Amino acid sequence: MARSAVAVIAGLLVAGLTLGPVAAVIWRGAAWSALASGDWLAIRFTLVQAVMSAFLSVLCAVPVARALARRRFAGRGLLVALLGAPFILPVIVAVLGLLAVFGQSGLVNTGLRSLGLPSVTIYGLHGVVIAHVFFNLPLAVRMILQGWLAIPAERFRLAASLGLPAGQMFRVLEGPMLLRIAPGAFAVIFVICLSSFAIALTLGGGPRATTVELAIYQAMRFDFDLARASMLAVIQLGLALVAGVFALRVSSGAGFGAGRDRVVMRWDGGGAARVGDALCIGLVAAFLLTPLVMVVLRGFPGLANLGPSVWQAAGHSLLVALGSTVLCLLWALPLATRSGELVGLAGIAVSPLVLGTGLFLILRPFVNPLDYALVVTGVVNALVSLPFALRIMRPEAEAVRADYARLGAALGLSGWAWLRWVLVPRLRRPLGFAGGLTAALSMGDLGVIALFADPDHATLPLMVYGLMGAYRMEAASGAALLLLALSLGLFWLFDRGGRVDAET
Amino acid sequence: MLRLDGLSVTEGDFSLTADLALNAGERVAVIGPSGAGKSTLLDVIAGFRAPQAGRVSWRGQDMTTTVPGKRPVAMLFQDNNLFPHLSVARNLGLALQPGGGAITAVNSQRVTDALARVGLDGLGARRPGALSGGQQSRAALARALVQDRPVMLLDEPFAALGPALKSEMLDLVAEVADSLGALVMLVTHDPADARRFAQRVVLVSDGVAAAPVPTSDLFADPPAALRAYLGQVTRPG
Repeated sequence: MARSAVAVIAGLLVAGLTLGPVAAVIWRGAAWSALASGDWLAIRFTLVQAVMSAFLSVLCAVPVARALARRRFAGRGLLVALLGAPFILPVIVAVLGLLAVFGQSGLVNTGLRSLGLPSVTIYGLHGVVIAHVFFNLPLAVRMILQGWLAIPAERFRLAASLGLPAGQMFRVLEGPMLLRIAPGAFAVIFVICLSSFAIALTLGGGPRATTVELAIYQAMRFDFDLARASMLAVIQLGLALVAGVFALRVSSGAGFGAGRDRVVMRWDGGGAARVGDALCIGLVAAFLLTPLVMVVLRGFPGLANLGPSVWQAAGHSLLVALGSTVLCLLWALPLATRSGELVGLAGIAVSPLVLGTGLFLILRPFVNPLDYALVVTGVVNALVSLPFALRIMRPEAEAVRADYARLGAALGLSGWAWLRWVLVPRLRRPLGFAGGLTAALSMGDLGVIALFADPDHATLPLMVYGLMGAYRMEAASGAALLLLALSLGLFWLFDRGGRVDAET
Repeated sequence: MLRLDGLSVTEGDFSLTADLALNAGERVAVIGPSGAGKSTLLDVIAGFRAPQAGRVSWRGQDMTTTVPGKRPVAMLFQDNNLFPHLSVARNLGLALQPGGGAITAVNSQRVTDALARVGLDGLGARRPGALSGGQQSRAALARALVQDRPVMLLDEPFAALGPALKSEMLDLVAEVADSLGALVMLVTHDPADARRFAQRVVLVSDGVAAAPVPTSDLFADPPAALRAYLGQVTRPG
């Protein structure tokens, strides 16, 4: 069958592109030199910040999710939708926003100084943790909110008719749910934070705040010590695999869920609880929205005089984003099956920096890897987005096959005709959504590109980082606003393309 | 002639055997209790299911391992007979040009003619969702018409239609099949359908698809299995 041959080829390509680099770093890193003390520090910092980030995200998410589950208010739907936004928000943009709030001349410190209080610094462990909570609190809220909404309304009705006080209600209904959901949320966020690179790059650094991923980058870029970079990559790989297996065990497959927008009718929680809920929602909205508002406000002045290099970088980023979107969707179409999704998971198990290091090692004997920075970035971004694309597309693709495979076979449709006239038109919505996610993720990516790029091949996120490093904050803010607009714009265009005139 | 020789399909507790022959151009009803394997029988003939043993042949040509699209068979399913996102004309066009591509003028004319034959004149541009249930059945039948295959398999495609509409469709199928000279196998639950439509009946029960019997003979003296299915009590003595 031609169709399954295509799937096998796509699967082999994905597997090869993930396992090849892994093999390369293991082979190169096998010359185990003793770990330097800096490496131990990096491992410890990686674990400490991941535990703290995951714990704080889940802890703060519980009251927020409860408030969202039991309150109706104007803008609730918008807020729930907004909780999905960090997923497509470029890290460097969020970092700039957080700097505008928590940085030296940010809102918080300005406030503290005017009160005569000592200022706080965002650099170091707590900055990294704040940024991780900014990105992962919404994810935790969505996962826990799903758990809350999955408790049948009848249970709450029964509890209300029995007149259970809030404490009992928690013990009987909500506690068990949290025990089931929260460890999974913790594990997922722990894994995400474990391979944090861009946040550590911008807010961490120095021997006390370096993650393993950042150490790989430093070994490559500053020391050009490929053996050490490879060894660190192997360590990162080991950490991620152990944590990944742990996360799979603990999480009940809730994934990054769709956050059903439904309010459970409740008969408890008047008075003080009402004030508490309002406070929770207000605080989290302020925490998430203020940085974004600041990015927009501070970006406008710089937007007018963006240099030609910024526009060139924006062009590179667009090319990379569109390229990796096409590649990702081309992979996702034949791989939107059960076994295909397993193959695709490889892309999430191996961190981008490990992939990048491996590809660097593979390319170096033949070409100058720096000349291929954009291609490598595009390929890695496609690989990293593939699991999400497959998660989105597989259910629909399976439904199409279940409904129409027989008809297609009865008509003797060729593989091309099936793709052109059946599969792609039927999958327009998930294709658009997955394409939008991939494009936005790739547009905002600041990972592999940092490993490879020279100034001629900079992408927009790297350009923003460079401008920040040069203390040209106005230019950096302007470029960040452009990046934000391009990321959200790409997502919107693709997603909308899948919806407009959808042929159902 | 469609021959099923020593055919056997098993899956877990389910099993079905068939050893029978059907004539070109005749109309055959396939009846029997649900779960007996009526649809399975059609699936084997259409190529959606491989038999564990035996062979399927048409005019002496073995087609047991032929893929569905290459068999001399057109099939109407219980549902999902049309792609809902494509116009009726494109649905029919795909049957003529399964490789896709722009529909040629000749094929386009055939589609138009077929639609006119089943009473859907001028509705080719519509999507199936914009048609009534009866019209959708007609469109599916029009597709079988343009496919012009010598065997037509109908797996209860009209089960969702009301009695009057169903009779109308069965008459239309008979008309279309006669004009094509096609052998028709119609799976049905309703003995009235068999009486109205079929010259012969294949009774599927107790794991066996029996050799075809003339419809009038079968209902004049139903075997025990058919009596049980029809709910006729066997008189003692």
